[in-house]
Amino acid sequence: MTTSTEKTAAATGAGPSVHAAARPPVRTAVSKRRRKIMNTLIAYSFIAPNFIGFAVFTLGPILFAFVLAFMRWDGSNPMEFAGLDNFWRLFSDRVFQAAFWNTIIFTGFVVPLTLICSLGLAILLNQKIFGRNFFRTVAFFPYVASLVAVAVVWNMIFNPEFGPVNMILYTLGVDPSNLPGWAADRHWAMVTVILFSVWKNMGYFMVIYLAGLQGISAELYEAADIDGATPLQKFWRITLPQLAPTTFFVSVMLTIQSFKVFDQIFMITQGGPGTSTLVLVYHIYNQAFISWDLGYSSMVALVLFLLVLAITIIQFRWSQRNEGDTA
Amino acid sequence: MTSASLASSSEALKRPPRRINWGLILTYAVVIIVTLTMLAPFVWMLSASLKLDRDVFAFPIEWIPSEPRWQNYIDIWTKIPLGIFVFNTTKLTVIVTVLQLLTSSFAAYAFAKLQFPYRNALFLAYIATIAMPWQVYMVPQFILMREFGLNNTHMALICLQAFTAFGVFLMRQFYMSIPDELCEAARIDGMSEYGIWWRIMLPLSMPALSTLTIFTFVNTWNDFLGPLIYLTKTDLKTIQIGIRMFITQYTQEYGLIMAASVVSLIPVLIVFLALQRFFVEGIASTGLKG
Repeated sequence: MTTSTEKTAAATGAGPSVHAAARPPVRTAVSKRRRKIMNTLIAYSFIAPNFIGFAVFTLGPILFAFVLAFMRWDGSNPMEFAGLDNFWRLFSDRVFQAAFWNTIIFTGFVVPLTLICSLGLAILLNQKIFGRNFFRTVAFFPYVASLVAVAVVWNMIFNPEFGPVNMILYTLGVDPSNLPGWAADRHWAMVTVILFSVWKNMGYFMVIYLAGLQGISAELYEAADIDGATPLQKFWRITLPQLAPTTFFVSVMLTIQSFKVFDQIFMITQGGPGTSTLVLVYHIYNQAFISWDLGYSSMVALVLFLLVLAITIIQFRWSQRNEGDTA
Repeated sequence: MTSASLASSSEALKRPPRRINWGLILTYAVVIIVTLTMLAPFVWMLSASLKLDRDVFAFPIEWIPSEPRWQNYIDIWTKIPLGIFVFNTTKLTVIVTVLQLLTSSFAAYAFAKLQFPYRNALFLAYIATIAMPWQVYMVPQFILMREFGLNNTHMALICLQAFTAFGVFLMRQFYMSIPDELCEAARIDGMSEYGIWWRIMLPLSMPALSTLTIFTFVNTWNDFLGPLIYLTKTDLKTIQIGIRMFITQYTQEYGLIMAASVVSLIPVLIVFLALQRFFVEGIASTGLKG
């Protein structure tokens, strides 16, 4: 439609303004449209390198995941439509149910414990003390440290027979028969993984809390000082309420992160003993890469997706409501 | 009321600093105990890496080995192909980080400063997947890579890590804060969009680029599940799964395992200390906007 006029416009190229003076209405309309097309092409050329990779390796697989959840496939033979078979299987699969509840239990402990520890750290390291940056760095380092390395140390330190933690407990007078079996004990394995996760991640959330603390107006504390408030009162009446948005945000992030837990469990307990620390992602991994039951594994992945989606919706609603309040 | 507060503040001025010191000493004590606890596993790791296997679990803990066994740090390079693992990880990390920085800042510029059809729809595609856990689609992604013949190649890991929604989102948020007038002025001066991106936007976005660099570097260096799924050949493995393989092969060689772990931590430690400021600022800003 526009090709021939476009070409003339392209040929005249550099000096459209001269022609514009001679035949204003047609020229400006054509060059405007041409410029618009050029601009669009330029814009798409900016997006293309990232978007093509993103579409092929992220969007595509995501859509495929939803299809696969309703299929029966071992990855080599032809795929079969399975209807809701995979869905019904969730209700008879004891291992899935264990994985589901273990994920909930893990999240239920990790979220509050990490919140308390990271807030405590943040308050402690927000004070004007000597070497504050050094202490902050130390508190943050476990978060960036590679998981395999620290998980290995963790396993050694918490070794039930000769690890230093049990040695210390023993010297403190704990009876050898009562010493916790940590990762090797069905009742303690989850505790071990939870402790590890809190230790590894609290530095990250401390940084977020530090930013939150620095956002609280100093005037509030000055006013409280004038009224003679105790430090504890200031904490409950100013710090905590002022940090509510941060706490909400941290809880959401922590919850989603806990739902996705895998690495540390793979390294520390391998989901065991039995199924005592088996979590959803572990089940997805086992079903896909050990049993090659790709359809069912995607159904379990769908459950994980729905859990995360629920949290995301709650977060979205909450932030919408709060923006409405301030507006 | 004013006179009372004045009186109390002048009282505070005259008050000897002894009482304040007690609070401060308590704070320091708590801070030092907490940081020592957080640091203890690392110190223990370092100390164990210089010991004979049978001395690793000696109790009471000998924090500084009386006869440091440096041999461990030589043995790890010969017993396992640690050099190859380090090389593979470095290669992957550098390629992924460079690709991530270039493509996401490139795309983010268009999303932030250019007008074009379907802009919001395309950006929504990115936003919608930010919250999508990778674990949900890792299986179909694996099948796709296998179809492409990328199983057991580094290309697979590069493809899956280099084009993240997070990178585009982070850079776009930063570019939004740069005034449009700056781009307009450059356009009037005849600069092309690519020129604006390269000469104006990139230099201005150093803080955001640094944040993205360190996030990508740490994530790629420490990635575990990705290499675990994709790389089964020993000479392709990254340091994370390489060390894991070492652990399963030499379960009893504690000193060596610890030495390998220390080696794997060093690059992250260096990058972290060098770019820490950006990391912390990045978490604080992206975290709260999230």
